[in-house]
Amino acid sequence: MATVEQALKIDLRGDARLRRRKLVNRLAEAIAILSAAAAVALLVWVVWAVAERGASLISWSFLTGDLPIPFSTEVGGIGPLIVGSAVLVGIATLIALPVGVLIALFLEEFAGNWLRVPIQLAIDLMVGLPSVIIAVFIFGTLVYGHAENGLAGSFGLAIVMLPLITRATQEVLRLVPREQREGALALGASRWRTVVGIILPASLGGILTGTVLAVARAVGETAPLLFATGIFGRTMQLNPNQAVPNMPVQIFNWSESPDPLDHKRAWATALVLMTLVLVMSLVARIALNWSRRNTTR
Amino acid sequence: MAPTMRPVDVTAPREAAPQTRETVFEIKDLKASYGSNVAVRGVDLEIYRNLVTAVIGPSGCGKSTFIRCLNRMNDEVPGFRQEGKILYHGVDLYGDGVAQVEVRRRIGMVFQRPNPFPKTIYDNVAWAPRILGLRKNLDERVEKALRGAALWDEVKDRLKKSALALSGGQQQRLCIARAIAIEPEVLLLDEPASALDPIATASIEELMHDLKTDYTLVIVTHNMQQAARVADRTAFFSLEVDESGQGAGVLVEYDDTGKLFTAPSDKRTEDYVTGRFG
Repeated sequence: MATVEQALKIDLRGDARLRRRKLVNRLAEAIAILSAAAAVALLVWVVWAVAERGASLISWSFLTGDLPIPFSTEVGGIGPLIVGSAVLVGIATLIALPVGVLIALFLEEFAGNWLRVPIQLAIDLMVGLPSVIIAVFIFGTLVYGHAENGLAGSFGLAIVMLPLITRATQEVLRLVPREQREGALALGASRWRTVVGIILPASLGGILTGTVLAVARAVGETAPLLFATGIFGRTMQLNPNQAVPNMPVQIFNWSESPDPLDHKRAWATALVLMTLVLVMSLVARIALNWSRRNTTR
Repeated sequence: MAPTMRPVDVTAPREAAPQTRETVFEIKDLKASYGSNVAVRGVDLEIYRNLVTAVIGPSGCGKSTFIRCLNRMNDEVPGFRQEGKILYHGVDLYGDGVAQVEVRRRIGMVFQRPNPFPKTIYDNVAWAPRILGLRKNLDERVEKALRGAALWDEVKDRLKKSALALSGGQQQRLCIARAIAIEPEVLLLDEPASALDPIATASIEELMHDLKTDYTLVIVTHNMQQAARVADRTAFFSLEVDESGQGAGVLVEYDDTGKLFTAPSDKRTEDYVTGRFG
């Protein structure tokens, strides 16, 4: 129990102004927490909404079977869509990964300032490029005057992926300690040798992670595919010179249909797509943490 | 090309008589700057074969800049410029047509913080020989380098394990092994023990005594006792402010270690080695 004299000497409870500051602090904290909670809630809501409406159709035959005949009451399947999406994104990755990594290497390891600044700007602007613009570009250059084809769609997806892979690679290259570069150079290694032999291997985990995230982004990208490979058959199509069935476009098509069963198919396909993307993103993030621990000691 | 220049006379006494000394580096009026900042200026110095030459001085006196000029590591720093001459066996290191890669292959370097590559112990040592085309008898070469760095017995059973699992002192000796695997003539050591504990430091110092039979060593250290223990010759650098008010590192005194520590001829050296400043 404090005596009156002691209370007069030092009062640690603070005056009115301090109490106001405390209140403002609490308030700001609460708003921030609420905002964060809202983001989480929104994600949960989206996942729940899709899962609730789509889960009933999910079965092995739905995941593997051919697409239903239009207006059929048979549920059919989405096997060709899953395989087709994999083919399209696979080709896009084959294009975007080497180019994206090389651009990042150039920017981080070789480019002088006068080249780095404009190229970096271009890459940064590409990230924000609306995918419908990419779609129109692809349609005008690779589809118009020819037939719809999967390659054009893949090329569009590659444009979406390229800046993502470049930026992810740049980030991990920056994580490689300067001492590693110096260590290699001091052994009489050339710049290029240093990059290929030391820096790239040390960054591999991060580059793969960035690629998986870019794949996750591209597999759900609709616009370029709608313009390039939007009208396809019911069965598996592995030839990228033809229109290739894919999940995003079919989700769009089914949700535009008047048939309630098509709506259910759309929800179920959306559930499959969403699960794939979420799993890929999670795996990529876990892998990134793991590889960061390994490269930065 | 690239003949391995091994000394014939490995019995050089610790305080070799001047006439038997062979000059490896001849530095004439060296000035090194980053942008408009002059790091060192007016350095005249000769470094002799098979001796340990220590560079001491207070922080910011350009010790590291100086040593990094000797294998052109500063070329990597944007804005770096050097004037004056650094002759390596009479050849201008910064002359026309001199390849950095060839310079660094002959003049190895060990850094302040151990920087093993995120590879296996074996691959850390074997990497440079491989890229330089010294693939013959690679296993023997790796073993010899690790023995040379007094690390072999500690790692011979785990050569395929990650180098990052080694202790700091072991990592630093691995970096030395990595450097000597390509048989350079000179080893530059930039404060090689400053990030290590006393026991690891002692093992590095002991190693330096062994290494100088085969290599010419130049060590930067801020630890005067270390210089006194390991070096045959010692160069004392200090910071000097010129008329325009700009500070730059200068070479104050360069002599046999014993003389420099016991009977320095410059007042500034005396103040530093007796602990009156720095």
